[in-house]
Formats: sequence, C-alpha cells, structure tokens
Amino acid sequence: MSAPSSRRPSAAPFSWRNLCYQGALLALLGGLLFYIAGNVQSNLQAKGIASGFDFLLQPAGFAIGEGVFPYTAGDAYWQAFLLGIENTLRVSGLAILASMLIGSLLGLGRLSNNLLVRGVCTAYVEIFRNIPLLLQLLACYALLTALLPGIDEAWQFGHIYLSKSGLALPVPQWLDGHWQIDYPQRHRFAIAGGARLTPEFLALFLGLSLYTSAYLAEVIRAGLESVGKGQREAAAALGLSHAQTVRRVILPQALRVIIPPATNQFSSLIKSSSLAITVGYPDLVSIANTSLNQSGRAIECITLILLTYLLLSLLLSGLMGMFNRRAQRWAS
Amino acid sequence: MNKTLVTAGLLFLSLISLPAQAGKTLDSIRQRGEVICGVNEALVGFSVADAKGEWHGIDVDVCRAIAAATLGDARKVRWVPLNKMQLFPALQSGEVDILSHNVTWTMTRDAAMGMHFTSIVFYDGQGFMVARKSGIQSLRDLENTDICVQSGTTTEKNLSDYFRARKMKFRSVVFANFEASIKAFLSGRCQSYTTDATSLLSLIQRASRTPGDYVVLPELISKEPLSPAVRRGDDEWFAIVKWVINALITAEEEGITQANVEQQKVHGSASAQRLLGHQEDTGKLIGLDREWAARAIAAVGNYGEVFDRNLGAGSPLNLPRGLNRLWRDGGLLYAPPIR
Repeated sequence: MSAPSSRRPSAAPFSWRNLCYQGALLALLGGLLFYIAGNVQSNLQAKGIASGFDFLLQPAGFAIGEGVFPYTAGDAYWQAFLLGIENTLRVSGLAILASMLIGSLLGLGRLSNNLLVRGVCTAYVEIFRNIPLLLQLLACYALLTALLPGIDEAWQFGHIYLSKSGLALPVPQWLDGHWQIDYPQRHRFAIAGGARLTPEFLALFLGLSLYTSAYLAEVIRAGLESVGKGQREAAAALGLSHAQTVRRVILPQALRVIIPPATNQFSSLIKSSSLAITVGYPDLVSIANTSLNQSGRAIECITLILLTYLLLSLLLSGLMGMFNRRAQRWAS
Repeated sequence: MNKTLVTAGLLFLSLISLPAQAGKTLDSIRQRGEVICGVNEALVGFSVADAKGEWHGIDVDVCRAIAAATLGDARKVRWVPLNKMQLFPALQSGEVDILSHNVTWTMTRDAAMGMHFTSIVFYDGQGFMVARKSGIQSLRDLENTDICVQSGTTTEKNLSDYFRARKMKFRSVVFANFEASIKAFLSGRCQSYTTDATSLLSLIQRASRTPGDYVVLPELISKEPLSPAVRRGDDEWFAIVKWVINALITAEEEGITQANVEQQKVHGSASAQRLLGHQEDTGKLIGLDREWAARAIAAVGNYGEVFDRNLGAGSPLNLPRGLNRLWRDGGLLYAPPIR
C-alpha cells in the first residue's frame, strides 16, 4: 500500500458506515433513474406517442448512399444503424491514421532547424487549429464539388473515373461462384458499378484529418520537447547513434507525455465525425436522424446515438491506456 | 449529510408530482394573447420572412386566420421557425400550439406521434428536378445516378420505394436541410434533387439566379397531402383549427372574399350568412363567438385568395391550382358543410 512506487492514492480505511452511505446513494440514484424512465414511459403513453425499441426490427425503408456492409432499403432499422456505425468507424478510423501521420511530420517539422520547414509547419498548425471544424468541412466539400468535373466529362484513367460523383474504382466481386472484377462503366447520365469513394466521404475524411493533425502536431512537439536536452547529450556521450537515441531514449519518454492528450484528440475526432450530415455523409447520426423522423421514436434514437459514442470513446481510451502501459514498460 | 439527504428527498418528491397534463390550449392562448405557430424556416409560398421580418405564405396565413378567429386579431401570432428535426418534438412538448409547416399527413405521424392532422391545405406530390441542359427526360434516365435529398422527410422512403419497385439502382446523398441539398444539386453533385414538387419550384426561385435552367420531371411519385397538426388530447382546439380551414374553403365556394365579407354577411346566400354568423351562431359550437369565420376571412381572404397571393398567379411561383382547385372545378378541395 505505502510502497513509494505506487502512483495511485491509497484507499481510505474500510468502514461499514461509509459502505452503507455509498449503498444508499447508489440505491437512490438507481431508483431515480428507474422512476424517470417510468415517468417518461407513462407520459409518452398518455400523449399517444408510441415508444420502445421494437421498431428496430421493422424494415427501415430508406436507402443509404454508401457503406461496406450490404444493405438495402428493405432491411431492418438495426441494420441501418449498424451501417451508420460502420460508416462512422470507417471515416474516423482512417482519419485517425492520417492525422497521426500528418501530425507526426508536422510536429517534427516544428522542431526542424530549417527555417522554411519550421515556418510552413507553424503556419499550418495556426491556420487549421484556429478555424472552426465545421467551416473547414464545408470548405472542403465546396472545393471538391466545384473542382471535380461533372459526370458527362468525368476524368478517365483506364477503368478509374473521377467526377463530382466521386472516385469510381474497379473492385473484385464474388459472382456466380468465382471472382470477377466489377468495372465502373460510363452510361449516358451516370457512372455505374465498381466501388466508390464519394466526395462526401473525402470531404469529411480530409476535414477531420487536417484539423486533428494540427492539434496532434502540438501534442507531439510538446512530448518531444519534454525530454531534457541533457538526455540527448548523455546518449551522445555514451556513443549512441542518432537513431538509437531516438528509439531508446527520446521516444519512450516522449510517448508518456504524448499518449494521454493524443487519446483526447482521437476521441474528439470520433465525436466530431457526427458533423457528417453537413456534408451529406451517412454516418450514425445522419441515419439515426432519418430513423427518428420516420419512426417517431425520438428518445430511443437519441439514446442509441449516446450509447454508441460512449462505447466508442470508452473503447478508444481502453485501447490507448493499454498502449500507454506497454510504452511505459518499454521505457523501463 | 442529513441536509444532503433532505435535499435529495425533496428533489425526488418534486419529480414524483411532476404534472404531465397541460391546460386547455384555447384558454392558454387567450391568457397569453397570442397563438404560437410552428412554421418552416424558409420556403417561399409556404412560410418565409421578408426583409422587414414580416412572414408570408399559405401556412402563415392559416395561423393568421386562426388568430383572427380566436383572438380577433390576425397579428397576434408568435412565429417559431422549426427545422425538420425540431418540428415534431416542438409540438409534442407544447412549445407550439399548432404546426403549420408543410408536413405530410401520414398514418405513422397521425397515429403514433401524439398529434392529430386537422385539414389538408395543400395537395402535393414528390417530384424530381434536373438541369435542363442535362438532357434527362424522365425518371427512367435516373438509373444509377446520384440523387440529392434532405433527411427527416417522407421523401427518402418514397424515393427508395419507387426505385426498388422498378429494380433501379440509385445513390442518395442526404443533407440535413433544404439549403444544403439544393446547393449540392446546383453544384452538379447530383443529377437530380427530389422533394415535394411545389417545394422544388419554390426553392429554386431563391437558390438560383436562373431558375429557368431547371425543370421538374413530369412524373410525381407520391401523394403528399400537407396539413397543419395539433397536439392530441385537446378536442376543442383540434376542432377550431379544422373548422377555420374549412371556413376558408367554404368561403371560396360561396364567393365570399376579403373585400366583400361585410356585404355578404347581410346579402349573401343562406349558407354564406350562416357561415358569417348573421343568421346562426356557429361559433358557440367550437367555443368561439359568432363572428369567428367572418374575421378569419376578412384577415386573409378565402382559400383561393390565399393560394393566389402565395403560390398562384399573384406570386413569383405562379403555380397552377391543379389538385388544389375546388371539387366542383375538378380539384380535391371539399370542405364538410358548415351548418
């Protein structure tokens, strides 16, 4: 308990009285929640508003523009929600990876001895950090839809088409018992088939990555700067090479400082991805909104959104916590 | 510790006794001296505020007529602009007395969302707008295309139903509101934009400087009866809204206009005199005074006048009456008799 290495505060001595108080508080909170739920239920009933989660099994009836899972308008609401979660995870997962990459480069660039590199990186961080994300998303989307050519004059590179309708790519497809390649084809008014990266996805992905990488750059710079100059000099005195110094001395100490605030950035990226609807990307919130309006189950849909984001955030901080502990073991 | 427990107990008690029932709508309207009307944020012809903050549109005039009938003054309305996500909760929670918001009357909304639709004020259908120069002629040409649509409407479901029944593929691009979806359509992101046909014409007027470059395809894929809605549980208020709308339609049948309402009261047909409260007091049937309909008509005119001013020949939209003609002219407007 009193070992000097322990980082947690030691627990208070055990007491029956405290246990009773805590039990009573828990019961009170539980009762309150139960009461509120019951009250809401009966008030809804009194007002003639249908409630309950049974609607999740009914057919959703609306189409969703993109998604990896197979889904058609005849499928149930829960499948539509699942596709929404998948879309949210796909765009935030890729944006997290991209922002880590850009953020690391920028963070290193901010510490560079080259004035130009340092200046460019500083300008980037200051610009992207100080413009609201919503505006960046709208600007990204407006730019993409303005710059890309219309369907009738789509840019063609072999079997790949690029237009306002997005990037259409050939994709392998399991059909009639063997693999075939599904090539996009140009029709009079449309480009059909193949896999599609839509401007909506690209705008959201770019917006989230560019915005978060500016914050990550600062987190990484701060982490690297937190390692004292003496450490570097000591490593040099021991005859370690530059690569060895970075790997064995600087990174292990810097990661400890970097990981917790980076976790915050990632978690806020996932939550910010709910701005998707402003650029027409069908994420969880967008699909829940449509479901809400069609089924009339407002409280249920909002609860599902809340729970999903809560779970995703908890999952992320759990994972990052594990990574942090590993990084610390690596250091010692 | 004890004090905390007492506070928590009091909070709990106050929650138990939370009243769920609101007072009668008409009483509270009279008390506060205004009707609270939930309208569309901006849809030319239905409800839109001009540069002076003055609201115009057919949905707006319905609320004015109701204010005139209940409070004697068409100006006593508080306007609450609502987006598609807010509109049902706003009515359910009692934030507005009436939803006059180009909402489609559907069974789910009527039966399971705590509200009642009153009377249809506009018959619409879902249509598709395309750029004239695209060469798209009919819905068949829309196979495999991208279609812009806004979320939270009956539109998305109609769209899926129509294409599914014909085994045609399409990709929907869904935005939160009219503005974002029409902007995406105008940028060329989608080959078409779909919503109620009248709304399409109304939106393009505002969004594009050359509205003539866009056309609505001839096929309409759904029935969209637009009706004001009120909260459940107040039959008197429901009746008032329903009969004010019926009075406006009946006025057109009887040839009663904003200009001749006083003269018709004395010299009109028997049913005109009944409607206007000269012979009989129909007002007391719905908890109002005998002049209720006369005031509503004097405030906004009959249905035909309301239509012409906001959507028809007297407006930039210049829509034909179409389905919204009186039944005897081949339209669908048919008000139950006022007697």
